[in-house]
Amino acid sequence: MTKPYEAVGLTEKEYKKIVEYLGREPNELELNMYGVMWSEHCSYKHSRALFRHFPTSGKRVLQGPGENAGIIDIGDNLAIVMKIESHNHPSAVEPYQGAATGVGGIIRDIFAMGARPIALLNSLRFGDIENSERVKYLVDGVVAGIAGYGNCIGIPTVAGEVYFHDSYNGNPLVNAMCVGIIEHDKIFRGNASGIGNSVMYVGAATGRDGMGGASFASVELTGESEEKKSAVQVGDPFMEKLLLEACLELLETGSIVGLQDLGAAGLTSACCETATRGEGGMEIDVLKVPRREKGMLPVEVMISESQERMFLIVEKGREEEVKRIVEKWGLHAVTIGKVTGNGRLIVREGDKIVADVPAYSLDSSGAPRYYREYEEPEYYSELKQLDLAAIPEPGDYNKTLMELLTSPNLCSKEWVYRQYDHMVRTSTVVKPGSDAAVLRIRGTRKGIALTTDCNSRYCYLDPRAGSAIAVTEAARNLVCSGAKPLAVTDGLNFGSPEKPDRFWQFREAVTGIGEACRELDTPVISGNVSFYNETETQAIYPTPIIGMVGVIEDIDKHCTMHFKDEGDIIILLGETRDEPGGSEYLARIHGLERGVVPRLNFGLEKKLQAFILSAIEKGLLKSAHDISEGGLAVAMAECCMERELGAKVQLETPLRTDAVLFSESQSRFIITCSPEKLVELRQLMAQQEIPHEILGEVGGEELKIDVNGKNIVVLKVKDMKEAWRGAFGCLMS
Amino acid sequence: MKFGVIVFPGSNCDIDCFHAVKDALGHEVEYIWHDTEELDGFDCIILPGGFSYGDYLRCGAVARFARIMDAVRTHAAAGKLVIGICNGFQILTEAGLLPGALVRNKNLKFICDTVPLRVETTDTPFTSLYKKGEIINIPIAHGEGNYLVDEDTLKKMKENGQIVFTYVDNPNGSMENIAGVCNEQKNVLGMMPHPERACEEILGNTDGLRLFESIIAAVESESVISAQAVKNRHTGTRRKSAMETSRSKPIAFTQKEELLHD
Amino acid sequence: MKAKVYVTLKKSIADPQGNAIQNALRKLGYTNVEEVRIGKLIELDLGDITADEANAQLVKMCEGLLANTVIEEYKFELC
Repeated sequence: MTKPYEAVGLTEKEYKKIVEYLGREPNELELNMYGVMWSEHCSYKHSRALFRHFPTSGKRVLQGPGENAGIIDIGDNLAIVMKIESHNHPSAVEPYQGAATGVGGIIRDIFAMGARPIALLNSLRFGDIENSERVKYLVDGVVAGIAGYGNCIGIPTVAGEVYFHDSYNGNPLVNAMCVGIIEHDKIFRGNASGIGNSVMYVGAATGRDGMGGASFASVELTGESEEKKSAVQVGDPFMEKLLLEACLELLETGSIVGLQDLGAAGLTSACCETATRGEGGMEIDVLKVPRREKGMLPVEVMISESQERMFLIVEKGREEEVKRIVEKWGLHAVTIGKVTGNGRLIVREGDKIVADVPAYSLDSSGAPRYYREYEEPEYYSELKQLDLAAIPEPGDYNKTLMELLTSPNLCSKEWVYRQYDHMVRTSTVVKPGSDAAVLRIRGTRKGIALTTDCNSRYCYLDPRAGSAIAVTEAARNLVCSGAKPLAVTDGLNFGSPEKPDRFWQFREAVTGIGEACRELDTPVISGNVSFYNETETQAIYPTPIIGMVGVIEDIDKHCTMHFKDEGDIIILLGETRDEPGGSEYLARIHGLERGVVPRLNFGLEKKLQAFILSAIEKGLLKSAHDISEGGLAVAMAECCMERELGAKVQLETPLRTDAVLFSESQSRFIITCSPEKLVELRQLMAQQEIPHEILGEVGGEELKIDVNGKNIVVLKVKDMKEAWRGAFGCLMS
Repeated sequence: MKFGVIVFPGSNCDIDCFHAVKDALGHEVEYIWHDTEELDGFDCIILPGGFSYGDYLRCGAVARFARIMDAVRTHAAAGKLVIGICNGFQILTEAGLLPGALVRNKNLKFICDTVPLRVETTDTPFTSLYKKGEIINIPIAHGEGNYLVDEDTLKKMKENGQIVFTYVDNPNGSMENIAGVCNEQKNVLGMMPHPERACEEILGNTDGLRLFESIIAAVESESVISAQAVKNRHTGTRRKSAMETSRSKPIAFTQKEELLHD
Repeated sequence: MKAKVYVTLKKSIADPQGNAIQNALRKLGYTNVEEVRIGKLIELDLGDITADEANAQLVKMCEGLLANTVIEEYKFELC
């Protein structure tokens, strides 16, 4: 027979800890509250211990991890609020609503800090789209769900990534990131301070939907998961739009002491999080909570994850004022309890006390903390072996390049982002399709650049190096847009932490992110951990998604990756090495996922990033693009697409032709400048000792690449573009 | 010259319209809350894009009952200017201020893109500064922009020059590639594309500016209230209410026994 | 008194959702499916009123809000 604590996902040891906290056996409601709060999703019990690897402070950091979202200063009394969060398991069983409510949840985290949400991003991973109808169904639903929510609420979805790999066949990843803007003096934290202050509830009524979603996120997916559809919530973006506007208006009045969204673990989590951040006690009455269904039990009310609900701590005596403003937006606010000073979370059902626990004991500070066992997986050293000599060189490089450009991972994602309103709020200066999105900050000269990044094949082959590369590439994307990278939010998606080889991946990845963030001075200010991303047969590739923000001091000086004018000079920065390991080329063309991932040299990286920023700042560059998946050849092709401008380049190299075209050596960029600026640019490169090579010039209708004097690639840009743009639509039909 | 931007619950392009007028054109503009009763002092009313009332039931179906809509009708009947953009267009058709209806895009997907439009007529207060036949690039962002109207009305609209913008490459299945239409009096315009998103260099597109400049020119030359408009003051194209409906055949109301049920 | 209102696109109006579902059904092997039309079912609890009152109200509701008679038709039943 299942023990009561097992039914709520706890171990015997954890149960004993609860008894210790309470000095008695918990009742059913209390046990359920601990069950959801001590799930990995809420307590980070398996991962917390490793977070010390992350740099989380810095002179620009106004709020690090631990709050609803992180905050980074961008100057002029302005700050950016951001966070990424996963909604993987809900999206696996009901893609539209799973993705939609993922977006809804992350938006609430941002406005709970008092910020106006200004942009959404998303990072998606799916299985083998070429051979699975199920994957197509998931892609279609997830994209429509993200669009349905973001478009309706009127926050532009400005950037993101979509990748495919067999390891995601049974477990797709849907990570949503939201970015908001706030003035320093308006930053708000979810504190429940002021004994006697009222606890108010605003938004949708509480139903039985999403029961135990937090614990659902903390188990592996099985065939039964389909039946767990009841754990998936239904999103109402219209309600959220009203909530957002009402909350921002309420914050202006000064009547609100604390604001918290009701997300994972619902009311239970909101009560204990606000209480432990404040004076430490709270008392609420479940009978006062608006309900959608009759006959709901206290436990159902306390752990429901119904969407679009907010939790307010209101200064005593100002409840009517709050109600008036909320009603203007067509919503209702009800008082459900009050702040106390006794450190206890007391739940009543009318006159009857139905739960009484120390508030901190539910919270992550009171939850158990595990130091999991880890073990290097067997594949790790085996897969490092790669015999390049055994790999035949392609006979026709035109064909190979076209094959890469039309592959699921490298083709244009226009089919996806065309469904997202990426222009609403009229601040999107660089739209999806370049290295990073750029937004202007209205009323200032400033802009911000945003990106998400992660190459999970690298992270599988070498989690530490792969994660460091993810951070570095995100920074490169921003730098190519003319933005100085400032901070990171990380979405860490892994398999079960209870399996030592998976936990080793996690541990390595966290270390790699920490190293890179320290090197690049981009602290981690918020994030999310999603474990148990595996099915009975396989775990996902480790996927630590890096969301990054950067600032552009003068928005007129932003830059994009696209070639601009005939005659512009094309320059390659950095060094191309014989590093085909883990490349898209090896995987796609030769079916090999092995080798040593490209080496990252932070010294060179930082030098190049600083150089590009200064060159953009000085107005010397016409375009800048970092070289990543697909190597130099794919990067060149990408630069040609938007304006349908060809290029003629010559490469001199001792390397194999496929290595020079498709190696993914790190710290490389393709930049262009007008011929008049070349002298000045060269001086700057010489001064800063930038390794570079002048490759050729922009122009014509073809992309022509010569290697060692011999023509290797010649493709009509128009044909390349048509195939590259159309590929995704073909995959989906 | 003063613009008013109506804010319905769920409007989300209200701020874009506001800033286009204020920042890009330097004209006076105010937000108008949906339960306001009067529109005195406004020369041009903008019904912005977004998802009024969540677009639940049908896009614009609930917004047409907002208190402000009576004032919008009065404003339009007086020959003053009204422009509905995207969701605003949907609201105007639901309210009967413009003919036709907007249904789901043919591909069933939301489409956000910048698309070429042909200016079909410059004989309106909204397009006088464009050239007839000119191609302009304007962003679209909608899931239900597929314009439909019955053949008789379409014929009349064509004769009367009420087709204002058409798509060069039809993105959504719209009848006759229609992107924007006006009423008979030409003082009410509805369009799915978003001119307010194309008013600033920094956004890479200024093709929408002349639409607003045309409005300003029209109001400032006081040529808006044409004799025709005044004459037609109380006979606008508002859809008849249920009580007024007269139909040649019985409405599609079926008795209980004819219905599909056990 | 309870009522069910059915709102569908008029026959003359293209129904892309219906077409998509038809195609999906055909793919699933139901090749005999000749047409699919998608509509809305709206359930109302009208409280304590007579059938005549309900009929009169429902016509007004449908004409005024529940259906857009430019593109849609409706029918309802009391139950």
